[in-house]
Amino acid sequence: MPLLWIIVIVLLLGAAGFVLGRQRAVASAGGDARILHSLPNYYGTNVLILSVVPALLVMAVWLIIQPMVIESRVTGMIPEAAIEEAGSRSLVMSDVRRVADGLDTAIAAGALTPEQARGMRTELTDVRARLGEIGVALGGEVSSEVLAAAQSYRGLKRSGNLMMTVAVLALAALGLAYGYIRTNREFRARNAVEVAILAILMLASTIAILTTVGIVFSMLFETFNFFELYPWREFFFGLEWRPSFEGGSDLGLIPLLWGTLYVSVIALLVSVPIGLFAAIYMAEYAGKRMRAVAKPLLEILAGIPTIVYGLFALITVGPLLRDYFAAPLGLGSSSSSVMTAGVVMGIMLIPFVSSLSDDIINAVPQSLRDGSYGLGATQSETVRQVILPAALPGIVGAVLLAASRAIGETMIVVLGAGAAAALSLNPFEAMTTVTVKIVGQLTGDTDFSSPEALVAFALGLTLFVLTLGLNVLALYIVRKYREQYE
Amino acid sequence: MNDMRVTERTVTDKQIKMKARKVQVFYGDNHAIKDVDVDIEDKTVTAFIGPSGCGKSTFLRCLNRMNDTIDVCRVEGEIDLEGEDIYDAKVDPVQLRAKVGMVFQKPNPFPKSIYDNVAYGPRIHGLARSKAELDEIVEKSLRRAAIWNEVKDRLQAPGTGLSGGQQQRLCIARAVATSPEVLLMDEPCSALDPIATAQVEELIDELRERFSVVIVTHSMQQAARVSQKTAFFHLGNLVEFGETSKIFTNPDDPRTESYITGRIG
Repeated sequence: MPLLWIIVIVLLLGAAGFVLGRQRAVASAGGDARILHSLPNYYGTNVLILSVVPALLVMAVWLIIQPMVIESRVTGMIPEAAIEEAGSRSLVMSDVRRVADGLDTAIAAGALTPEQARGMRTELTDVRARLGEIGVALGGEVSSEVLAAAQSYRGLKRSGNLMMTVAVLALAALGLAYGYIRTNREFRARNAVEVAILAILMLASTIAILTTVGIVFSMLFETFNFFELYPWREFFFGLEWRPSFEGGSDLGLIPLLWGTLYVSVIALLVSVPIGLFAAIYMAEYAGKRMRAVAKPLLEILAGIPTIVYGLFALITVGPLLRDYFAAPLGLGSSSSSVMTAGVVMGIMLIPFVSSLSDDIINAVPQSLRDGSYGLGATQSETVRQVILPAALPGIVGAVLLAASRAIGETMIVVLGAGAAAALSLNPFEAMTTVTVKIVGQLTGDTDFSSPEALVAFALGLTLFVLTLGLNVLALYIVRKYREQYE
Repeated sequence: MNDMRVTERTVTDKQIKMKARKVQVFYGDNHAIKDVDVDIEDKTVTAFIGPSGCGKSTFLRCLNRMNDTIDVCRVEGEIDLEGEDIYDAKVDPVQLRAKVGMVFQKPNPFPKSIYDNVAYGPRIHGLARSKAELDEIVEKSLRRAAIWNEVKDRLQAPGTGLSGGQQQRLCIARAVATSPEVLLMDEPCSALDPIATAQVEELIDELRERFSVVIVTHSMQQAARVSQKTAFFHLGNLVEFGETSKIFTNPDDPRTESYITGRIG
């Protein structure tokens, strides 16, 4: 039975459960809903949750586990010789899956009966030609082992799906029955629903956390693979970045890290003062009308895609900086420079800093402002000595968040600072960052067993650790100052 | 215990510190204060009483131009501080507020140390020439606010860590530190427990020796206990203004009598 139908049936059962549960509850109270423990809808919802949630959960778990089980069962059928011939186990298995899918398609198209598919032999039929006729293309001749494996794969899948259908529907029915029987006047349906909602909310947050963990682990494994091929010492302390796909490349992190930090620092030097001052103006000085116009305008900046900022850097800011600063000062003749990328990235981050700081400054209680004005302080004295110290933890958080974004930014750097790794102090020289190199190493034809491609994961992990460190630092600072200021 | 008892005090003719004539306050279209005339005497505690929304806090905030920070608020009429109109264009509201200090309903210590809280005013007005002088001002102010003994060993601790009553006395010390001539208090005890209230009331009585104090209160007992002059506001009008003993014992206006006996509010 198709998956969609199972889900629809379970949901229908749930809906029926809702109606039945509600009716039974009202009936048990003799039609007077006031003597029920909970509102009638709670009884209905309770039955609905009991019939739908466990069934769908089991289905989800089953769908994840079934392919794994079948795969391990089927792999055992393939002799070692066949695996060696094909190169690797996964290649053989993908052949098996293709043949199995091909047989399914053939049956669906009416070219084969299920009996024919099951009884097919390589000695008697040219499987490749047969499947080719109905549009299923296979790479090579199908060996008898693969065909046998494919046939058993199909069989296992079929019986697995059947078992799942039965189990899920039975569970839904059982849940419905259980919920229905429990429904009576005294039953605390309201509290039961509360528990169920809590469980759903917890499930959602667990999924979010597990996904993060999953991302980290996937990067961790590839990084380990990388360090098996390339010495970690040369990665972390190497001063040269010269990947070459013929082998013998230098994959030093330092020039990339330097570029990343250099660009980010310039971006923060641009965005933090401007963003913060803009926020102070918006929150403390601007009139209502001014704020109504200026704030959305400022926030438009946040909505511009970074690639557009990149174009701005490439066409406008880069040549401008080169012609008016770098060339006259004799510092370089390249329009791609750290300065270009940093300045444009800083502009991108202004609304980030200003919008967060504005909220934080607005959250400082009015009573503190009154207290300061009441002592004869001017507006800027009040801002400097009372409001900013009170808002400091939040502002530091905003700045570090902006820093995280700066470190992770790619597009502006590609177009503004170039893609040449360099270790230089000159802000008008082309440099590149970690993110740009991750993209660079993974675009085009890549071989995922070479260190030149795998280095991307090591770079990604480094970046992750860096931003994680920044976030931890932000939390630490916020906590420390909060003790002092609240 | 008779809470309504009025302290017998000799009231001599004192110099008039602040004078308000025909003061009108508008919040947008709302006429909040109508034709108020009040004289605030030096070295006297003046209490403003009246039901909620009667305009007593609004009027108090006119006395140091705190209403300037509210966009829609408009003040008309004349308010003098020692003969000088405080709403005159020549007057700098920032300087004025150093002379007419304010203590608010809720204690609002700054997120700074106790020392820095008190030193805030003297620092921004440049009242101290040296660190030693500043230390002295801080100590004197804290002593005057009757909190020195409680905080002298932890002047560098955050002011926000004190109890509610201590915080309010710290705010009073902070206001006193700029040596104001008039001290405005907007329901200074409404967020405090009875013990802290008693301490603050005692303090107000002591402050009278040096300053002119104006206090807004909802508690008629408090007005009777701490003030020498009382003004009764009702619906934006100043109904009656006079000696506290007279207002509480023999008011001229029937509305005053109704209010202090609890019939209107």
